[in-house]
Amino acid sequence: MLNRLTRSLTIATAAALALAAGPAGAQAPKKGGTLNFAISAETPHYDCHGSDTYATLHFAAPFYSTLLRFDLDKYPAVKGDLAQSWTVAPDLLTYTFKLHPNVTFSDGSALTSADIKATYDRLRNPPQGVVSTRRATFRDIDTIETPDPSTVIFKMKSVNAAMLEHFASPWNCIYSAKVLAEDPNAPKTKILGSGPFLFVEHSKGSHVAGKRNDKYFRQGLPYLDGFKGVFTLQAAAMLNALQGGQLLAEFRGISPAERDRLVQAMGDKIRIEESSWTLNLLVVFNVTKKPFDDVRVRQALNMAIDRWGGSVGLARISTLRAVGGVIRPGSPYATPEAELVKLPGFGKDIKKSREEAKKLLAAAGVPSLKFVLHNRNLAMPYTPAGIFLVDQWRQIGVTAEHKQTDTAPYLAAMNSGNFDVAIDFSNLFMDEPSLGLSKFVSFSRAPENRSRANDPELDTLFDQQVRELDMAKRIGLIKRFEERLITQSYQAPILWWHRIVASHKTVMGWKMSPSHNLGADLGEVWLNQ
Amino acid sequence: MLRYIANRLLLMIPTLLGVAVVVFFLLRVVPGDVVEVKLRGDGGTVSEETLTAERKRLGLDKPLMTQFKDWMVGLATLDLGKSMWTDQPVLAEIAPRLELSIQVAIMATIVAVLISIPLGTLAALKRDTWVDYLVRMISIGGLAIPSFWLGMLIMLALLAVFNWLPSMTFTPIYVDPVANLTQLIWPAVAVGYRYAAVVARMVRSSLLEVMNEDYVRTARAKGVPEKRVVSRHALRNALLPAITVIGLEFAFLIGGLVVTEQVFNLNGIGKLFVQSVSRNDFTLIQGMVMLIALFYVLVNLGVDLLYAALDPRIRYR
Amino acid sequence: MDTTPDIAEIEAPAPRRRSLVVAFCRRQPLGAVSFVVILVMMLAGIFSNVVAPYDPVAVDFAAILQPPSWDHWLGTDAFGRDILSRVIHGARTALFIGFMSSFVGSTVGAILGAASAYFGGRIDDVLQRLIDILLAFPIIVLALVVVAVLGKSLVFGIDVNLVVAIAIPIVPKVARVVRSAALSVRAMPYIDAARAAGYSHGRIILRHMAPNLAAPYIIMLTAYIAQAILLEASLSFLGLGVTEPTPAWGLMLSGMANDLFDKAPWMIIFPGLAISLAVFAFNLFGDSLRDWLDPKFKA
Repeated sequence: MLNRLTRSLTIATAAALALAAGPAGAQAPKKGGTLNFAISAETPHYDCHGSDTYATLHFAAPFYSTLLRFDLDKYPAVKGDLAQSWTVAPDLLTYTFKLHPNVTFSDGSALTSADIKATYDRLRNPPQGVVSTRRATFRDIDTIETPDPSTVIFKMKSVNAAMLEHFASPWNCIYSAKVLAEDPNAPKTKILGSGPFLFVEHSKGSHVAGKRNDKYFRQGLPYLDGFKGVFTLQAAAMLNALQGGQLLAEFRGISPAERDRLVQAMGDKIRIEESSWTLNLLVVFNVTKKPFDDVRVRQALNMAIDRWGGSVGLARISTLRAVGGVIRPGSPYATPEAELVKLPGFGKDIKKSREEAKKLLAAAGVPSLKFVLHNRNLAMPYTPAGIFLVDQWRQIGVTAEHKQTDTAPYLAAMNSGNFDVAIDFSNLFMDEPSLGLSKFVSFSRAPENRSRANDPELDTLFDQQVRELDMAKRIGLIKRFEERLITQSYQAPILWWHRIVASHKTVMGWKMSPSHNLGADLGEVWLNQ
Repeated sequence: MLRYIANRLLLMIPTLLGVAVVVFFLLRVVPGDVVEVKLRGDGGTVSEETLTAERKRLGLDKPLMTQFKDWMVGLATLDLGKSMWTDQPVLAEIAPRLELSIQVAIMATIVAVLISIPLGTLAALKRDTWVDYLVRMISIGGLAIPSFWLGMLIMLALLAVFNWLPSMTFTPIYVDPVANLTQLIWPAVAVGYRYAAVVARMVRSSLLEVMNEDYVRTARAKGVPEKRVVSRHALRNALLPAITVIGLEFAFLIGGLVVTEQVFNLNGIGKLFVQSVSRNDFTLIQGMVMLIALFYVLVNLGVDLLYAALDPRIRYR
Repeated sequence: MDTTPDIAEIEAPAPRRRSLVVAFCRRQPLGAVSFVVILVMMLAGIFSNVVAPYDPVAVDFAAILQPPSWDHWLGTDAFGRDILSRVIHGARTALFIGFMSSFVGSTVGAILGAASAYFGGRIDDVLQRLIDILLAFPIIVLALVVVAVLGKSLVFGIDVNLVVAIAIPIVPKVARVVRSAALSVRAMPYIDAARAAGYSHGRIILRHMAPNLAAPYIIMLTAYIAQAILLEASLSFLGLGVTEPTPAWGLMLSGMANDLFDKAPWMIIFPGLAISLAVFAFNLFGDSLRDWLDPKFKA
């Protein structure tokens, strides 16, 4: 009798305790702790406006705020950061933002609409000596009005379907108007922001450190006491540190082999998050060099690449994975697989494609073509891509000599057009097609078109899709663009990258997305210790 | 003697001048440009005007001779200019890394000296015995095994056996000696092994030579115990060439640890050098080359003077 | 009295071949063994197409990262390429670049050193300055800068500019040593006699000084082959030397091999052993040569 009672009591107590613990995983964020993480490159300076490398964002984003930001739970939707609310006029020519009240910079001065205006003026019209890398994206802004300290009104010259995404760009850090007035180049060497963290120190070649901003305008954030971003320029060193626990995360992305190593060594202490990436590698044919001015040669070389087969092997050892067209596969604008396989080089019958490629080369008079493949000297994933392409072309009797050079001579060769075939890359921070397609339009319009091809049909399609507000029609235009580009084979995507982010299970609140430039502010990250 | 020193110091100037000319013009031949890498390296799309404006700001549009003149004038006033990559003064970029590189070099030297002198002496004294062969094999092993490979093996042994790794960031020795030493002892050992091999061979061969000298035979004939013969008479003279080698190797360590620093993720001069070469950061490369060359030349002079001070037979006119 | 020296005395006597080799093997057994090792490597390198079981650049994604087995004696790398074949072909690259760089560097250095000592005066001063300047750079710094300047230029699949980049740091070191040796030869009376007899500068340097400089030259040549192999490995490791998909030992140690060490240690172990073995053999051989030719010689 007593035994049964004891048993029931034990079960009841256990049940009660289990209920009190709450549903598994729904933990309240804990305040405190310092996050030590790896940054795989050191930024040359602190000015986000003038940088194109994630190294600057991983360094500086925790110290700054932006007007809007991407909502990583519902990517690619946007939500407010400094902007508490906003309205867009129906004709898309006016954007009105209402700012949060009581926002201050780290020196105590108030952040008002004047600072927003000063920042965006710098972005679209940089003064002498200032570099604004994405200046062209603000071309459509006509005027910026600030009727009161908490309202900013952007009036546009023409419709830009992607304008809200541009306002949410992580690169548009809001600087203090006062600082910019004194020295427009100050942000390169001085950090004064309104972000969740305060700048503590930057030890050259070693690390960057920040501590909690107690006056951050979002109540209750950040959770962390501080962070330390350590520059680990060698992957092996970074992996060792992750394994040893000295660093808790790396937020850019690692290769599958590195992931496997961490999982094997650390078991369930490590969390792996994966997503497709807004980065790709392209093969580029220089149409000003014979025989690449012949569309048959270009098509043949494009068709010889077994993208579907190759992606299986390459996905195991490199960050290359997804087969896709000009838009990241997985984005709403991307062409579905059923349509993609109809394009040359994207078919699934590689034998047939290779036969046809050989015929095309013979018809063009260059059956055993020899040329130099220019590539960047980076281990991941440029080297595997180069090895892969050389091997693919070998199988149709084409001899490609793999020439890998450092970034500087590579860019020099690309700029001067002093190459036959090259591997190029697209580093996009969002899926917005105008961003991704801009390097495929005619060379006369876009000097960044490495193939130096001029094609009016592509130009027309591009211009049409930029102004097209109807999603379905826009996708149709993009599909026609893609078809034209790949059939002409001036350039063609090889494979899209795959993002793998590793973090210790104690790191919570960080959000994965297709771009390594997003989510770097660490405002909602906390440590479950 | 003083005349000799003055002479050598004066001779340093044309040498350093030559280094400056060589490195300046050599770099200008390299294809590629730092502005391009900085602004377009990660796929950014800046306009040509922006690139041109930035080049102008860095002074890269001026004629070559003007740039050279500006830099030489700066050198004369000990102003090495600003890094083209970060816009920070070159000396500010170099200083913290130099601290680390010098410390590793000193620690490697200590490791090398502690190992090589006893081993080299032993090998010489027990010539042609198994001890000698063993030491010679170990020495050649040290020369043959690439120190960066040895470094890789060390790092992984640490991880596999102790599941521990040295600290990722550098703390100066006066701030936290334990963290500092536990980080730097491993590259010191990886490099020190090769260093010890070079010195041990030198100690062995010069000791062998000295042991055949007349004054050693005289000492023995006088009945001096063997131990004193070695330590008092032979070793002191045999160590002179070894000191030369130690000095030269030490100088080499300052700029030459490029690969080892990569393996151990050390924030040293070697790593900075590789980075600046790949970015075409001319001013930083030039500044580092000049400093390293100056260092080399000074160490060479120092070693020669030490030699002269220790060996009364040598007199420089 | 006829004071013109007999021509025969001026000519250096030619050594007899066969007894030399036998004597060498007897007196320097280690040197003989190391020479055999070098010979084996050279043959493997020359006949690599025949000896290697697989094509070293054939990518096979189905067979990646396999441990040593009967199919692949040394395992496969991240692209499924056979490591044994790559090590064998790597011997060709390493030995070729090592030998060419050392040969070019030592020969140019020897010529500069001999000329410097022979002509003396202003020429000697200028050349000495040049040598000092080159010596003021650490080897790898010089090689790095030269590689950056010259870029890559493949001739018959071998990077000529890399050979030059590795040869350049060797020149001043050899020049300095050969100059000291040449200075003592220069002081010999038969050199002045030859001048008096009207022989040209070139003939005197080549015919009369060279044989006496042969010993230090050969010793340095072999010593620097070892250095050159190591330097090439370091440069390839940094990505500045030989690049993919050419098989080269240093290259095989970098990149994915480095990341995957604990998953596939064979990727690092065998190329590292190959480098060590080659450098070991050349150093040992060089040592034995030195002990035999000129025991007093000190570099």
